[in-house]
Amino acid sequence: MDRVCVCVLPMSSLRPNYPLYIRSTPTENELKFHYMVHTSLDVVDEKISAMGKALVDQRELYLGLLYPTEDYKVYGYVTNSKVKFVMVVDSSNTALRDNEIRSMFRKLHNSYTDVMCNPFYNPGDRIQSRAFDNMVTSMMIQVC
Amino acid sequence: MEGLTLSDAEQKYYSDLFSYCDIESTKKVVVNGRVLELFRAAQLPNDVVLQIMELCGATRLGYFGRSQFYIALKLVAVAQSGFPLRVESINTVKDLPLPRFVASKNEQESRHAASFSSDSENQGSYSGVIPPPPGRGQVKKGPGSHDAVQPRASADQQEPASPVVSPQQSPPTSPHTWRKHNRHPSGGNSERPLAGPGPFWSPFGDTQSGSSAGDAVWSGHSPPPPQENWVSFADTPPTSTLLTMHPASVQDQTTVRTVASATTANEIRRQSSSYDDPWKITDEQRQYYVNQFKTIQPDLNGLIPGSAAKEFFTKSKLPILELSHIWELSDFDKDGALTLDEFCAAFHLVVARKNGYDLPEKLPESLMPKLIDLEDSADVGDQPGEVGYSGSPAEAPPSKSPSMPSLNQTWPELNQSSEQWETFSERSSSSQTLTQFDSNIAPADPDTAIVHPVPIRMTPSKIHMQEMELRRGSSDHTNPTSPLLMKTSDLSEENKINSSVKFPSGNTVDGYSSSDSFPSDPEQIGSNVTRQRSHSGTSPDNTAPPPPPPRPQPSHSRSSSLDMNRTFAVTTGQQQAGVVAHPPAVPPRPQPSQAPGPSVHRPVDADGLITHTSTSPQQIPEQPNFADFSQFEVFAASNVTEEQDSEAEKHPEVLPTEKASDPTTSLRIAQADGKIEEKTAASVPANVSKGTTPLAPPPKPVRRRLKSEDELRPDVDEHTQKTGVLAAVLASQPSIPRSVGKDKKAIQASIRRNKETNTVLARLNSELQQQLKDVLEERISLEVQLEQLRPFSHL
Repeated sequence: MDRVCVCVLPMSSLRPNYPLYIRSTPTENELKFHYMVHTSLDVVDEKISAMGKALVDQRELYLGLLYPTEDYKVYGYVTNSKVKFVMVVDSSNTALRDNEIRSMFRKLHNSYTDVMCNPFYNPGDRIQSRAFDNMVTSMMIQVC
Repeated sequence: MEGLTLSDAEQKYYSDLFSYCDIESTKKVVVNGRVLELFRAAQLPNDVVLQIMELCGATRLGYFGRSQFYIALKLVAVAQSGFPLRVESINTVKDLPLPRFVASKNEQESRHAASFSSDSENQGSYSGVIPPPPGRGQVKKGPGSHDAVQPRASADQQEPASPVVSPQQSPPTSPHTWRKHNRHPSGGNSERPLAGPGPFWSPFGDTQSGSSAGDAVWSGHSPPPPQENWVSFADTPPTSTLLTMHPASVQDQTTVRTVASATTANEIRRQSSSYDDPWKITDEQRQYYVNQFKTIQPDLNGLIPGSAAKEFFTKSKLPILELSHIWELSDFDKDGALTLDEFCAAFHLVVARKNGYDLPEKLPESLMPKLIDLEDSADVGDQPGEVGYSGSPAEAPPSKSPSMPSLNQTWPELNQSSEQWETFSERSSSSQTLTQFDSNIAPADPDTAIVHPVPIRMTPSKIHMQEMELRRGSSDHTNPTSPLLMKTSDLSEENKINSSVKFPSGNTVDGYSSSDSFPSDPEQIGSNVTRQRSHSGTSPDNTAPPPPPPRPQPSHSRSSSLDMNRTFAVTTGQQQAGVVAHPPAVPPRPQPSQAPGPSVHRPVDADGLITHTSTSPQQIPEQPNFADFSQFEVFAASNVTEEQDSEAEKHPEVLPTEKASDPTTSLRIAQADGKIEEKTAASVPANVSKGTTPLAPPPKPVRRRLKSEDELRPDVDEHTQKTGVLAAVLASQPSIPRSVGKDKKAIQASIRRNKETNTVLARLNSELQQQLKDVLEERISLEVQLEQLRPFSHL
């Protein structure tokens, strides 16, 4: 059973790297996913700082495979506003290619912008948009 | 359906059948397969079936409401009993057996038992509700069956509302509204359609007036009831089929009672369309929304920004989460602002939510922003499948989502397609990212720069020289350009020339180092060859007009060189200086005093140079021009006419230093291909050093260039052949001297030569760039290999 975890973390000064949204497919071991996401944040920050200041290229938003662990692969994606998307997928899921991960991150980004466009959404709130949930669900189903 | 009194058993049976046919549980049975199958199972002739359908009013309605269905069933029973089919027979015929449906109807019987419990409730309510309509219907029966049908149809429409409503004893909040409306319709028949709208619309009007204040809508006490009414307007199509309709529809209903069926058909259609759509915005509501929109945004085609919309809807005191969801549903284009349609949809959803209806997961079709092509489809789609709001309010909310017309799926499809568009765009961008590394590929094809047909003077001697050069070039594999040399032996010449030109920059050392390998003989041969060439070239060239368009043509160079030679021959030193002055591009070469400088390198080439010098003096006394010509020939041999031109320029300068020319040729011959620059540099200084005797400082640079060219050429040429050529050249020496008075030609020739030199240099540049790229590629490959090896090292 493939396990996937998707997490959205903002760069808010109040609660830096507090996940706005985190969801994983099998609900067991969710804490483990949370832990992995937090540990991967360091790698994300490292990549952000390494990229330089003027690089706002779309290509740079996708950070790629952050690091592979024994069972899982962690992918990162950061937006221009320093909102990070982290995705953890099962290593056994070899069918997932880089392009697919990229497209998934783009979908996440698009849905996130839709959430942001909602005037009733306060940045920093947990994302409770049903549309976002549906999109993430469909994505996770597609992966598994 | 007036006058349809059903016994308990009939009630149960009919409700079961209705449930059976009501596949979609819409409470309105379209004439679907099951209904037809049912009627067929009744074993009645088709015309009877049609008559039944007409009588019950389903034909007009286009579907079977519960009442129509029950009437139909009753009529089936009547028909099966053999009684004539008439409206009256429904109630008049007592003790009718239950309609018999053969075959597949056994299931229904089983269902009867199952749904028995539910029927009881229906029965009670049904019977309770039915009486009033019958009264009406019976009154109307008089005018005729047709008219009776009409009122029945209208009443039927009302009745379905009532029976549907009544069973719902405990719907959440809507029952209250339902009952309210029931009270209203319970009034007189004719009053019903009018009385309802009246009280409803008056509060609506109140709210409208109140809404002008803006906040009044939400904050005022009056709002809730009007809102409810609005909700009831929209949400109670059954009772308000007459009410929620556009005013026109109400009027139609009144006319129905009095007018022909055409209007009734329209009315029914309109009613049914509104009947079907619980989410449809009535005109009144829409007008209200529009007015509200105007308070925020006067321009109806404009947008309401998100913040303003947020304020506005926050006044409705709905929880933020729900407002957020409403926004998600209504902001169709996801732009953070609301158009008029989006605003109306959002407002409508707020109203619905306020009245207790759950928000749908997807935007209902009727609330979709009115895109051009979708409007029609939306209207059409409303009819077939929309849940009859006749369903209980409790059912309504859950039924809204699942029972949304199938057309709703088109919207998700559209959304999905938009996602697909997004994915396409993503893919396109990703494809762009994928193609980014293409730019790193060395764009300039070195071959293109180097491999271009260079016109070669196809004189016999030249051909010979070319062959020699080619062979020479084949022997030069050390130089990456050697293959190119194979293609165009001009390369070597170019390189030589370039190197000769570079000489002034101080590559003397290299030139020297590279000029080791070749013996003097090839040089001599080369010089002879060049001389021979120059001979052959010059003779025709002299007759030719000054500058032929294509630079590379050796003829020009030769001619020019010959001219230069003549000029030089006439005025050795002076003209040399003059000639030297002509080529503007010639960087000032080191003074003759400096020339000995490179002599340091000479020792490297000492042998070759010495031999050269030995040869050069021999040549010099013969004729300085000869020396130049030989150089020219060497250049020509390399198939670089430009070089030859430049050589021609240089040659006259070199004339005074024939020794230099000789050594240059020899050096050229001696040079290996790989280090053309070096060779040229070395050869030039060598030549210069050797030829120190005559030449004035100015000519030296030119000389060197020429020498370098000569050096280049000899590299390509083969030694043996050159020796023969040289001999021939030597023999032809006497023909060299020309008329002196051709300064103009000489200048032009020098100009040509310069240009040719430029092109040669350009070729050399491209060639070197190609070499650079090759080296870079090698480096990259090595790096890749290293990286491949590295991970393992880390482990």
